[in-house]
Amino acid sequence: MTTQEAVIHPAAIINELKKNDVTHVVWLPDSETNFMYELLTGDSSLDLVPVCREGETMAIAAGLWVGGKKPVVLIQNTGIFESGDSIRGLGLDVHQPLVMLIGYRGWSRHGLTNDSAARFIEHILHAWGINYYLIETDDDAQRITLALAEAERDQKPVAVLVGTEFGA
Amino acid sequence: MINNTEAVRVIDSKRGDAVFVATMNANNVSFGLPTVTSNEQLDFPISGAMSKASSVGLGLALAQPQRKIMILDGDGSLLMNLGSMVTVSNKAPTNLYHFLFDNGVYAVTGGQPVPGRGRADWEEMAKGAGYAAVFNFDNLEDLTTGIDEVLASTGPVFVRLAVAPEIENTAVEDRPRPARSVLTAFKELPEALAKG
Repeated sequence: MTTQEAVIHPAAIINELKKNDVTHVVWLPDSETNFMYELLTGDSSLDLVPVCREGETMAIAAGLWVGGKKPVVLIQNTGIFESGDSIRGLGLDVHQPLVMLIGYRGWSRHGLTNDSAARFIEHILHAWGINYYLIETDDDAQRITLALAEAERDQKPVAVLVGTEFGA
Repeated sequence: MINNTEAVRVIDSKRGDAVFVATMNANNVSFGLPTVTSNEQLDFPISGAMSKASSVGLGLALAQPQRKIMILDGDGSLLMNLGSMVTVSNKAPTNLYHFLFDNGVYAVTGGQPVPGRGRADWEEMAKGAGYAAVFNFDNLEDLTTGIDEVLASTGPVFVRLAVAPEIENTAVEDRPRPARSVLTAFKELPEALAKG
């Protein structure tokens, strides 16, 4: 029996974004998505928009979208809690087809997690009626394509939970 | 101090094909944007999303670099999203013009003073955040004569306007509603932008 290494590489994520013609990544760094920074800054086909606080991301994405671009948001689950009014007012209410890549701090398939950021996030997404996908390995990266298609089809935000820290 | 409606009128007179991204005070039906607009199809009212005019405006400015994006913000709103000033200056969109309607109060909730009224210095904050150019007007005559210089400056530009408070004290259900909803604006703006 073989076991698959539970790691996802930033290149797999970026390739998936480029395959789907994503133009901008609006983000605030977190430990789950740490290794993406160097790749993103070195890739001229994706415009990185760093923010000071996560609630800015959905609003900037709304402006980019209505202006004809295709952004995604990349933040940690803790930032989702901070961003409630932006998700409501500039995501759900205006039918923004926005994919939110969310670092799943505290996620584990084993035992109990004491991290409330992990315990609450899926409940919050359910409460908003936001569907989500979990990615943990490079093989899961194609779920980003599914999320982007779903967001476009349903004209609403869709989440992708990044369950492991990126490998270098 | 500058009359709120007159300030909007002066900016609107010079807008050309610029998009207005307006929040709260600057978009109030009674004394704001809808009363004087000359190009409603390029008005982008986002009153329902507190504090986020500067962020939405940044996104639009990055998406439409050939077009001026004019943010009509309020002091109460921007206080809730101060970090966006640094986010804006970091991306440095040359086509972004950030007008701050500074009346010192939460006008649409009854006129309660905003934190820092008379203490916080918007001009210094904008300079410190890194805006490329910063202007400050406290009377209509100076705004009228200075607006051309403002719009000839390379962005991101920050313009603080000292406006007289116009307090909303009627019940929310009795207040006039804008003819175009936020959702309608989101649906119509892409088509308006595509027309050039």
